[in-house]
Amino acid sequence: MKVVVIGNGMVGYKFCEKLIAKSSAEKVEIVVFGEEIRRAYDRVHLSEFFSGKSAEDLSMSSTTWYEENGVKLHLGDPVQSIDRPTKTVHSYKGITENYDVLVLATGSAAFVPPIPGVDKEGVFIYRTIEDLEMMQAYAKKAKKGAVIGGGLLGLEAAKAMLDLGIADTTVIEFAHRLMPRQIDDAGSGILINKLEKLGLKICTNKNTSEILGENAITGMQFTDDTKIDVDMLVISAGIKPRDELAKLCGLEVGHRGGIVVNEKLQTTDHSIYAIGECALYNGMIYGLVAPGYEMAEVVASHLVEENKSFTGFDMSTKLKLIGIDVASFGDPFVASHECRTVVFEDTMKGIYKRINITDDGKYLLGGILIGDAEAYNMLLQTAKNKIVLPPNPEDVILGSRGGESEGGAGVLSLPDEAIVCSCESVTKAGICTAVAEQGCETIDAIKKCTKAGTGCGGCVPMVKDLMVHTMKAQGKYVRNVLCEHFNYSRQELFDLIKMHQLKSFDAVLDKLGKGDGCELCKPPVVSIIASLFNEMILVKGNDTAQDSNDRFLANIQKGGTYSVVPRIPGGEITPDKLIVIGSVAKKYNLYTKITGGQRIDLFGAHLSDLPAIWEELIDAGFESGHAYGKSLRTVKSCVGSTWCRFGLHDSVSFAIRIEERYRGLRSPHKLKGGVSGCIRECAEAQSKDFGIIATEKGWNLYVCGNGGSKPQHALLLATDLDSDTCIKYIDRFLMFYIRTADPLTRTATWLNKMDGGIDYLRNVIVNDSLGINEQLEADMDSFVESYKCEWKEAVENPNIRKRFSHFVNAPEEKDPTVVFEGMRDQKKVKDWK
Amino acid sequence: MTEEKIITWLPACNTHDVPVNGGVCVKYHDQQIALFHFSRRGEWYATQNECPHRKQMALSRGMIGSQEGEPKVACPFHKKTFSLVDGHCINDEDECSLTTYPVKVENDMVYIGFTEENGRDTEGILA
Repeated sequence: MKVVVIGNGMVGYKFCEKLIAKSSAEKVEIVVFGEEIRRAYDRVHLSEFFSGKSAEDLSMSSTTWYEENGVKLHLGDPVQSIDRPTKTVHSYKGITENYDVLVLATGSAAFVPPIPGVDKEGVFIYRTIEDLEMMQAYAKKAKKGAVIGGGLLGLEAAKAMLDLGIADTTVIEFAHRLMPRQIDDAGSGILINKLEKLGLKICTNKNTSEILGENAITGMQFTDDTKIDVDMLVISAGIKPRDELAKLCGLEVGHRGGIVVNEKLQTTDHSIYAIGECALYNGMIYGLVAPGYEMAEVVASHLVEENKSFTGFDMSTKLKLIGIDVASFGDPFVASHECRTVVFEDTMKGIYKRINITDDGKYLLGGILIGDAEAYNMLLQTAKNKIVLPPNPEDVILGSRGGESEGGAGVLSLPDEAIVCSCESVTKAGICTAVAEQGCETIDAIKKCTKAGTGCGGCVPMVKDLMVHTMKAQGKYVRNVLCEHFNYSRQELFDLIKMHQLKSFDAVLDKLGKGDGCELCKPPVVSIIASLFNEMILVKGNDTAQDSNDRFLANIQKGGTYSVVPRIPGGEITPDKLIVIGSVAKKYNLYTKITGGQRIDLFGAHLSDLPAIWEELIDAGFESGHAYGKSLRTVKSCVGSTWCRFGLHDSVSFAIRIEERYRGLRSPHKLKGGVSGCIRECAEAQSKDFGIIATEKGWNLYVCGNGGSKPQHALLLATDLDSDTCIKYIDRFLMFYIRTADPLTRTATWLNKMDGGIDYLRNVIVNDSLGINEQLEADMDSFVESYKCEWKEAVENPNIRKRFSHFVNAPEEKDPTVVFEGMRDQKKVKDWK
Repeated sequence: MTEEKIITWLPACNTHDVPVNGGVCVKYHDQQIALFHFSRRGEWYATQNECPHRKQMALSRGMIGSQEGEPKVACPFHKKTFSLVDGHCINDEDECSLTTYPVKVENDMVYIGFTEENGRDTEGILA
């Protein structure tokens, strides 16, 4: 069978890839004609061309792909005519090829509205790499830009204008909102707000009547009698299917364009197929890449006699527009009398979420997400597969608030045929089979085997969950082994290192691992050693196994200088100590800032200055703040009963006692604490790994809270404790966490993964259900007794101290590439890139 | 290959100036070279000190290790990893490669080799 493909765009290429995967080269001969001079490239990410990607980076395949797979490729040679009676095509360069099957993947062209003056210099369309190259050349002399079209492509083009350095760009949309096909008025409002913050000007309800200028564009006139100055314009107002070849050879086309196809994507001539944006199915053009791929799949299947049909495609989309998440799925605009809608709007953060649910509140019909589209995949699957919503449907966009159960439906509730990866249309069953039957037990293996997760990557977390669940269902013990050098989880290593009393990374590797170690296993192993034995972290060759911040006992910052954070327990500091910090900062020319943890950060210290800086700080009574370590950071406190008229207990004294108890404690991730003197919670203790709030009778202890990117409130572990009991519980809690958590897992995530959750944890800590509390307390006591300030040890040990220089062969010289600039009477580092 | 090139050897430092399984930065005119002692493998490597990703002079402070037997260094900034053997970026195929330099040890002295391709001996002080 000889297959001729007209068009070498994303869909045309995908078709070849799929057909080759389904058949053998002996059986199928493929010839491709492409109009552009380049091999098929990723048009979806076209704007990345301006942010530094080359044409080659965007290419869909390697240079040799076509040759290796026996595909004859004619580039820069569009087909001029199709002769259906003889089944031949004739190209511009005079090539004639006959075909058994002809596939039209001619795509679309930009739709240019008939506005007087569109032919002026400085007016561009946004479609191909050639268009981009022309824009790039012209943009150098342009200052004021405009884009006609506020849809998907128009906003992409606006991003391209920003990337080209035209900061003053106006987006002109004819409709009264942006992305009228995908989002509603309120969503558009939020989006406009965000885009305006990025410097774009947005005009909706604007109809261009004329493009002004002699030869080149100088301005635009609108029908409402306003005009603007513009010296570069991009038109991105929609697409027009490329159906001229089809029309020429007598195939049926729609009256507004598009080649009419049936559910097998056959045109009115059954040996000719049309796929992608040139095809008109059921009166609709599918202008997205995913349905185009699905069409390619249907035709490729049909040709090898598999039975698949195209029955329309969900036009749900999720994308990042200039860094802003925008998604719409299912039916985003159901009229309100047919359903109920739940809307969440946060104009502060620029987040808008809308879901449309059935009258009975059981099923999800569709929705819109702007500013935060993390839930997109799950919501799309919930809508598509008619999964019953939780009792409070708003949980699916807001998350579960209060209570202990997970909000929304989990990945397990999806039916087997649910599409998990929509870029490559891989189903849940496809992924589970790959895991269970083909032995794919890593994400990489699943990617290789099924292609799931290789497109936009948005489904990878779901794929991972499916993998873990499938393996567990098979009775496999799913362990998070550290890396190729250790076939143990962190928890197993912790016990083994303790049992064998191994005190250096090399000793651990010799006894328990293989190879040379790497950046994945070294930091957790030396962290375990530090948690267990509490020896100076830079001795016994462990220095080079520490993460780079630990290795130099400071936080590396842009430019390669470091920041210095002395410990200020509970945030309490004397005026004299403040003066010392000020004079040290002045002497070493450091930028100073108050941190979120109630202490002071000194930035911009050269590596070779660190020991001298610390010597002065230590002389004044400071000690390391461990801001560089996966260890206790701060215990934040409110001012408490000593000054505050509402305070119940002295939160500052208690915070200092706790901070001094756990200072320097190495753990799987950083640790933060807080103590509030009353229920007003000014110390924000419930956002910490352990938080303490005063009650009339004592202290309430909360654990496993988190701020950061995934905020989570801490959960109540025990109530009305006296101070000593409270500390005892924290001892147990922290040691249990250090023993059992995976590397780089905060307490919140650790608890989320724990079978039985907070009830189980409470049982261990409060009721001693594992009988280990005595041990946990003893471990903590021995840690507390052996605490030493590691910076003091570092400055006093000449062997450690000499590592703090930039050049080994010129220790007195500083890195000459470090450059500072002034800002608000202080310095800042020169920005990178 | 290398036998045909003219190599200028810079005496960089003493072997014990370099931490075991770690790196240091060596100054050579206006160039910065990261020198690594991979003690576990008994090997020495040298690369440019600048990480091509964000142009930071930091690779000498990076952590070394291996991946499927290939020795590598991870940049402290964003954990891009590079082969110590040929300098290519292991975890991002779009990233630029590092320049690498030959290293030899004689009488506890570590030497880094410069050729016409990998560096310039602008003042001729090494000859």
